[in-house]
Amino acid sequence: MLIKKPEDIRPSEITSESDYLKRRDLLKAALATGLLPSAAGFAQQPAQLPADSNAERTPPYGGAQSFTDVAQWPDNPDLEPSAFEDVTSYNNYYEFGTGKSDPARYAHTLEPHPWDVTIDGEAEHTGTYALEDLLAPHPLEERVYRFRCVEAWSMVVPWVGFPLGDLLKRFNPTAKAKYVQFFTLNDPDQMPGVRYPVLRWPYREGLTIEEAMHPLTLIAVGLYGQVLPNQNGAPLRLVVPWKYGFKSIKSIVGIRFSETQPATSWNIANAREYGFYSNVNPEVDHPRWSQASERVLGGGLFSARVPTLMFNGYEEQVAHLYDGLDLRANY
Amino acid sequence: MTRGSLSLIKAVVILACTLPFLFLAARAFGLGSLGANPVQEVLHTLGKTGLNLLLITLTVTPARRLTGMNWLVALRRSLGLAAFFYVLLHATTYAALDLGFAWSTLLEDVTRRPYITVGFAALLLMIPLAVTSTNAMQRRLGRRWLTLHRATYVIAVLGVTHYFWQVKVTTLEPLVYTFILVVLLGYRARGWLAKRERRTIADPA
Repeated sequence: MLIKKPEDIRPSEITSESDYLKRRDLLKAALATGLLPSAAGFAQQPAQLPADSNAERTPPYGGAQSFTDVAQWPDNPDLEPSAFEDVTSYNNYYEFGTGKSDPARYAHTLEPHPWDVTIDGEAEHTGTYALEDLLAPHPLEERVYRFRCVEAWSMVVPWVGFPLGDLLKRFNPTAKAKYVQFFTLNDPDQMPGVRYPVLRWPYREGLTIEEAMHPLTLIAVGLYGQVLPNQNGAPLRLVVPWKYGFKSIKSIVGIRFSETQPATSWNIANAREYGFYSNVNPEVDHPRWSQASERVLGGGLFSARVPTLMFNGYEEQVAHLYDGLDLRANY
Repeated sequence: MTRGSLSLIKAVVILACTLPFLFLAARAFGLGSLGANPVQEVLHTLGKTGLNLLLITLTVTPARRLTGMNWLVALRRSLGLAAFFYVLLHATTYAALDLGFAWSTLLEDVTRRPYITVGFAALLLMIPLAVTSTNAMQRRLGRRWLTLHRATYVIAVLGVTHYFWQVKVTTLEPLVYTFILVVLLGYRARGWLAKRERRTIADPA
């Protein structure tokens, strides 16, 4: 009788006892310094959507329309948030029309529940997940971010959300996952705008894995302490505060880990004007207009423009992501 | 058409031309709202109204020919001048409210942003036409007046280009403006071609 020797563990892979014992200390240190999320729930793998998806589903956060358990982000700046009315009535969301007031007018047809998100590509845990299950383990934070549109206007938004990286880690992206691509819902019944070929539908965006894992990169589920209004990208959207607004994709239904740089809708529409990175940069103008200054919404008819900040004011936190990269060539 | 009723129609047209401005002013002073980006709203409303009036001015001649209502030509000056004033206000809003009279930025925009260059050229071309719009000037310039005022066609092309060039994606609206412009200019082109043909037949050189 042949007895198979267990050869699948090489000696070099065996953890030494001393390292094994150090493990707890490392974890403790990581927790203390905030390198690891502290909620115990993060260790759990996301549950796959039940096969019987007609089962009764509870909306995220028990269907509450406003959030009660939200921590203040310790780094919140001393910035006056834009008026709720402005944030929710002046939007670019072409799935509901290309006018600024179209989303507020027409997005009521969007149904943010039940909502599924499909994860695929270079990760260990892929599949379709129920939004309520995906969101459940993540504690929420209110973060006040500057939001700069490529059209040279800006606002300040108190988002409610959590770091995208915390969500992505749960799918165990593989070493091949160099980029993350995101997709918006593409449903002509809910989104009248997708009947017109204004952009490549479904709307798609992308980040490098480093950008996606950066602690400033947020999954937002609300603003002003309330569940995201449809016109702002309900039920979940991306917020990348150092990039032009169009990178912060709304109403996400798909996340794909990939080895190669993914396509993005604005880059497909006009590659010369909208690059993959699209970092806010006052020194690199849009081919048709200047990016040196911006108009802050809510200032009224006689307010002056203000100078645009490098990386929208997040230079200290994110500039290292682009070390050695020519930001003029990689706009 | 009696003189009296023509004057009445003219008055109504002039009043109608001021309405977009009055509505805008009312919204600016609290009757209604200019939205989250009031400067942009004022800028776009004035520009769009100027472009609309410019194209309406260009429909006067075809409308007159097609309907035989020759008195329509009496409205053309009012419409053209109204277009000029809206375009002037549009440019002033840009320089004053949007740029806060930052002349260096304005100069950079005019020289380096093609859609602004084109818009600025349209505004400059409108000035001599507005100045020479009086009856006295028309008499003084004679046939040259007609030649000069053909610049309206160039202005319309520049105006639609200015609009088309600043939108982020091609939607129905800029296409509709282009279509209207092509129809209006096409009508003239057809007339000129027919005239040239007649001349060639009459005078086979």
